[in-house]
Amino acid sequence: MAEPGLGTLGTIAFGIAIIAAAVGGAAVLTWFERRLLGIWQDRHGPNRLGPFGVLQVVADMLKLLTKHDWVPPFADRAVFVFAPTAIVVAMLLGFAVVPFGPDLYVLDLNIGLLFFLGMTSLAVYSVLLGGLASNNKYALLGGLRSAAQMVSYEVFMGLSLMGVVMLAGSFSLRDIVEAQRELWFCIPQFLGLLTFTVAGIAESHRLPFDLPEAEHELTAGFHTEYGGMKFAMFMLGEYLGLILISAMIVTLFFGGWLGPWLPPVVWFGLKVFALICFFILLRAAIPRPRYDQLMTLGWKVMLPLTLLNLMATGALALWWRA
Amino acid sequence: MNIRIDGVEYPATKDRNLLETCLGLGLNLPYFCWHPAMGSVGACRQCAVLQYPDEEAEQAGRGKLVMACMTPVSDGARFSLETAQARRFRQGIIESLMINHPHDCPVCAEGGECHLQDMTVMVGHRDRRYRGRKRTFRNQYLGPLVHHEMNRCITCYRCTRFYRDYAGGTDLAAQGCHDHIFFGRHEDGVLESEFAGNLVEVCPTGVFTDKHLVHDYTRKWDLQSAPSVCAGCAVGCNTLPGERYGRLKRVHNRFNAEINGYFLCDRGRFGATWVNDERRLDYPGLRGEDGRYNAIDHHGALQRIVSSVERGAVAAVGSPRASVEANFLLRLLAGPARFCPGFSAVEQPLVGEALALLRASRATVPDIATMETADAILVLGEDVSNTAPRIALALRQGVRNRAYAMAAGLKLQDWQDAAIRNLAQDQRCPLFIAATAATRLDPVAARSLRLATPEIARLGLRVADALAGDNSNDYSHDNSHDNPDDHSVHREAAAIADGLRDAKRLLVVSGTGSGDIAVMQAAARVAEAFRDTGREAMLSLVVPEANSLGQALLCEGNGSPDLDALAASAEAGEIDTLLVLENDLYRRAATDQVDRLLANCQRVIALDQLDNPTTSASHLAVPAASVIESEGTLVSLEGRAQRCFPVFPPHAERHPAWVWLLATLKELGREAVSDWHHFDDVTRGCAAAIPALAGIAAAAPDHRFRNHGVRVPRQPPRYSGRTAMRANVSVHEPKQPEDEESPLAFSMEGLNRDQPAALLSYVWAPGWNSNQGLHRFQADVGGPLKGGPAGIRLLRANGGATPLPRHATAAFAVEADEVLLVPRYRIFGSEALSAISPGIRELVRPACIELCAADAERLGLADGDGVQVGDNAAALPLRIDDAMAPGCAGYTAGYRETAGLAPNTRQRLRRVAHFSPPGPTVIGSDRGGRHG
Amino acid sequence: MLKSALSQLQTIWTILQHSFTRSETVQYPEQKPYLAPRYRGRIVLTNDPDGEERCVACNLCAVACPVDCIALQQGVKEDGRWYPEFFRINFSRCILCGMCEEACPTNAIQLTPDFEMCEYDRQNMVYEKEHLQIDGTGKYHDYNFYRVAGLAIAGKDKGAARNEAEPVDVRSLLP
Repeated sequence: MAEPGLGTLGTIAFGIAIIAAAVGGAAVLTWFERRLLGIWQDRHGPNRLGPFGVLQVVADMLKLLTKHDWVPPFADRAVFVFAPTAIVVAMLLGFAVVPFGPDLYVLDLNIGLLFFLGMTSLAVYSVLLGGLASNNKYALLGGLRSAAQMVSYEVFMGLSLMGVVMLAGSFSLRDIVEAQRELWFCIPQFLGLLTFTVAGIAESHRLPFDLPEAEHELTAGFHTEYGGMKFAMFMLGEYLGLILISAMIVTLFFGGWLGPWLPPVVWFGLKVFALICFFILLRAAIPRPRYDQLMTLGWKVMLPLTLLNLMATGALALWWRA
Repeated sequence: MNIRIDGVEYPATKDRNLLETCLGLGLNLPYFCWHPAMGSVGACRQCAVLQYPDEEAEQAGRGKLVMACMTPVSDGARFSLETAQARRFRQGIIESLMINHPHDCPVCAEGGECHLQDMTVMVGHRDRRYRGRKRTFRNQYLGPLVHHEMNRCITCYRCTRFYRDYAGGTDLAAQGCHDHIFFGRHEDGVLESEFAGNLVEVCPTGVFTDKHLVHDYTRKWDLQSAPSVCAGCAVGCNTLPGERYGRLKRVHNRFNAEINGYFLCDRGRFGATWVNDERRLDYPGLRGEDGRYNAIDHHGALQRIVSSVERGAVAAVGSPRASVEANFLLRLLAGPARFCPGFSAVEQPLVGEALALLRASRATVPDIATMETADAILVLGEDVSNTAPRIALALRQGVRNRAYAMAAGLKLQDWQDAAIRNLAQDQRCPLFIAATAATRLDPVAARSLRLATPEIARLGLRVADALAGDNSNDYSHDNSHDNPDDHSVHREAAAIADGLRDAKRLLVVSGTGSGDIAVMQAAARVAEAFRDTGREAMLSLVVPEANSLGQALLCEGNGSPDLDALAASAEAGEIDTLLVLENDLYRRAATDQVDRLLANCQRVIALDQLDNPTTSASHLAVPAASVIESEGTLVSLEGRAQRCFPVFPPHAERHPAWVWLLATLKELGREAVSDWHHFDDVTRGCAAAIPALAGIAAAAPDHRFRNHGVRVPRQPPRYSGRTAMRANVSVHEPKQPEDEESPLAFSMEGLNRDQPAALLSYVWAPGWNSNQGLHRFQADVGGPLKGGPAGIRLLRANGGATPLPRHATAAFAVEADEVLLVPRYRIFGSEALSAISPGIRELVRPACIELCAADAERLGLADGDGVQVGDNAAALPLRIDDAMAPGCAGYTAGYRETAGLAPNTRQRLRRVAHFSPPGPTVIGSDRGGRHG
Repeated sequence: MLKSALSQLQTIWTILQHSFTRSETVQYPEQKPYLAPRYRGRIVLTNDPDGEERCVACNLCAVACPVDCIALQQGVKEDGRWYPEFFRINFSRCILCGMCEEACPTNAIQLTPDFEMCEYDRQNMVYEKEHLQIDGTGKYHDYNFYRVAGLAIAGKDKGAARNEAEPVDVRSLLP
């Protein structure tokens, strides 16, 4: 355990603030993503409610809240209800280790990176259990796909970060940020950045890696049977994942809160925002691969690249020290 | 035997022509003039194909165009349907036919089931190239049943071939010349033939259409239909009634190779639309203190029926037009001893005797297809043209067997229609008719005798004796040798026996229509005597109504009371509650007699479709579904049990009679019905309880049957408007009604193919929208359906166990001021329900008394006088008809006015003073037909 | 491999460029788009040039309708014309595909550029003949079915339609 940066009470208050901000951010993202997609597709996107249509978020929320809370009679009730909460909890826990500024964090674990990897891996249970518990062909196929996808991409997700760890010499995220004062890791760890980004998108099963959902083939994949707030939780989890992955990429490759003139937390926020925009751009631009293509990409391209990066980084690090 | 068509080897049958062979193989070859029941004449030139003399010619494509319908097939023959030469020729023919076609398919009642449309699409003709003007005709008024639109004609001659050659009509002919050929009457007027309605189906396009349908039109693809059985007479023709928006729109023929084949009579075709009548009962009506009826719901009605039955002695009157099942349940309710089958007191012994004779006789009881194979026919006392018209049509075909025999001698195939007719000219098989008046079969008869009913019986007996070579019997008690008439009967009998000398298959037709048991017995004896000479004899006895024979089988041998017996026990106060099932008693007995019967019962419950005098006299009138709306088994005159299925679910509180009665029995807690839930349970229960009806359960598949796993649809695949039909009531569409009683579906889901014949709900095949597509449902073109025969014969040939009765009959002689009352039936009017159908209603003429001029003079009566039979009967107009047998007064049977008259009784006719005859019937309300 | 990666990058760049292009969306209720006369919107029944109902109740629109939302019943007028006794379109089912217009042999049923027909109550989407019939010829101004068809109606006898000869005298045997 590292020393608390804000004191105990402050940490608790900050934790709650983080949860509120993350959840709120995720909610606003639903609107923001649609507006952005609209712009890139030469449309407007939701622009009717409130300034720039931002109240669309409220409307959607009200709608989801007032929907019938329905559990299909053929579903495994307990698991069906549990599944969507798992993803939200796992993603929120992931935020615990993210350093928003030199002293703005909830936890500074010395294994912070591993904790993050652990939490994102937990999220797959949510999708898998949701798919299984629905007792529906499409949901089952979606769940199976997500399991296979997670297993494949989990492998090089962890490995892709090992280069960063080697360079920083620590698993603590604060230390990793501090280690980038000279040079952001996106330069030496370019391959690591690439593979981690791909793995991150796949992990949060966003487009183009949304095969578990794949509405054209599987109606809605794992959440076919979900509606109302339970469906909203899945969506919330997805957007939280998006924010979390962006925050992690910033922390690990783009120097976290580091930057001139502006306060550190603002720098962090700006970088995260830019990355989120980039992810939305990916969604707008790149089509979904076929399932076999997804597997090929994971095992035959990304994994070798990661290993190559790892070996090169290791060799260079050894040579440097020597 | 094999033939090659377009290079492919196909099996073929020798006595078939090439067109039939191609259609049988499923090849699409267009045609117009050929008809499976009427053979080929090669008039339309549409079925042209290329014939090659040998293989070399086939390779080179050198062949000659032949008409497939006129080409016999021979082993190894080579043809091509698809070669460009033949295709171009066929296309050219259609193009020429379409030159004058009037561009009115959208307003044509044939559109969508038009053979001409099908064939035009089949040959691929699309654009009209001819720029000249179209030839036009004026239409004719052809009566209230058939609509005429002559511009659409393609001159295939099918109409006149059917009307004149097949059905023996005389008032429709081809007129004019070159491209002015006109098919119609010599002047506007009602078509005389009782088979005129078949023109609607025979005509390949819309020249002749169903006038009722034209004025309330629905396309074939929108008609919901189900296999049904005509309830117009006892023949049991198979029909396909079509419904839309809860109304019966039309009745089409349902092919049954053994019964009606391709044709129906006009009573069957146009006589079912009474089910749309506004006099139909919709809700149970309870008579209040003031004599008005108050509508109640079915729970209330059921409670009242149950409490009435529980409260006292029950008797029931069944109905010979209601299904076996409904009658059986009613009999179960009242008990066999208190169940009157619903015949009149005169009919009951007649129908019973008909059944007994059919059982006792060793002669074959023929279906209609078998009747058509007879080479000699004797009709005794039955006017089949009016009592069982489809049999009359069969008899017309029977007499043509001479022509076929002559053709066989010249090795002409049976389908060479024109050649055979030319060959035979007027030579026919002998048809002998003995009747009390002229019949419409007289023109094709070898001898037609006008005799009083007892004389007909005597003639029959003498023919039987002559056939047996026995002249010793003397059937007359009186000094017949002094009676000059008797000599003539003797002479005629000898002549008939002589005429039957060369016959191999004799058909004897008689029935209850003469009103005399002795006539039927004599007919049976003739058949028996003929059979004893080692030849085949057939005996057909006509009974009055659709289920008369079923009713007789149900009540056989247990002394069911007739209406008179019922009236007597009512008089004695033995009946508290009287249940009347689908029976207007005022058509069965004299009005005062029925009045007394109903008045002597404390409670009368009438279960019927229509508001009639009986329901009006009841305390509770319960609405029943008609034969079109309910399932039921009817037993035809040949003892064939046939199932009919509801075409559409009945409206409001109309329920099938069996549903009402089964519910009543269940409410009463009767043990026997406790496990019966479905119609099939009732049928099986009836089959188990009544040995004579043991076969009825097999008349059609039960409700669990599935055709390749699915139901048989009632709606064609293109049924339209499903989401808008009921949208005016509610935009929320209800589920399609479910049919729990039959394997048919009230929807377009299911498979209308390869099903048992009893479940054929419509005729449609890809590319064959008209009824000509029937060959796709036949095992053999023109032959039986793929699904086997429909219905099941209940009477097995087990005759000979009981000897036929030999009754002596007194010679007929009339007193100076008396006449013998004889019944005269009419195709339109004698059957109560068809008579109120629109169209037919216009053709029903009022009841009358008919006398020959000599008798009228003897009695001092004149044409148009009002006469009264006996003392208190209704006054009827007198008509002078020289076709009446002397001494006989014909009365129009089946009318309410004549219900009290007893046939074959000697009566005095009284002239009524101040009689105003009913005004002339106005026919000619053409409802726009002149324009149409 | 490299090529496909480049292709992905190019795609991303192309999409990014769209940040600066104009939006195609029309701000509908404030801003109405131009709809061509042959736009497929609300269905109407039209009259022929003489002002008579064009629909002859032939049922072809009903059978062509893929969602079965048209139901009608034919009747015959005093003058011999066929007409629909009722004609009902359930617009809550209608997909405005225009097959009915294609099928109509008399140009009676036509689709119009009006598509604004929202209702709070679905029942109000059921249009009867009085809601559908307009007093005009719609898109096709000249066509009059009965002038072409062989059916005689009051005022147009047999032989009076376009390209028809006088009715023949069937009693004449002259060539």
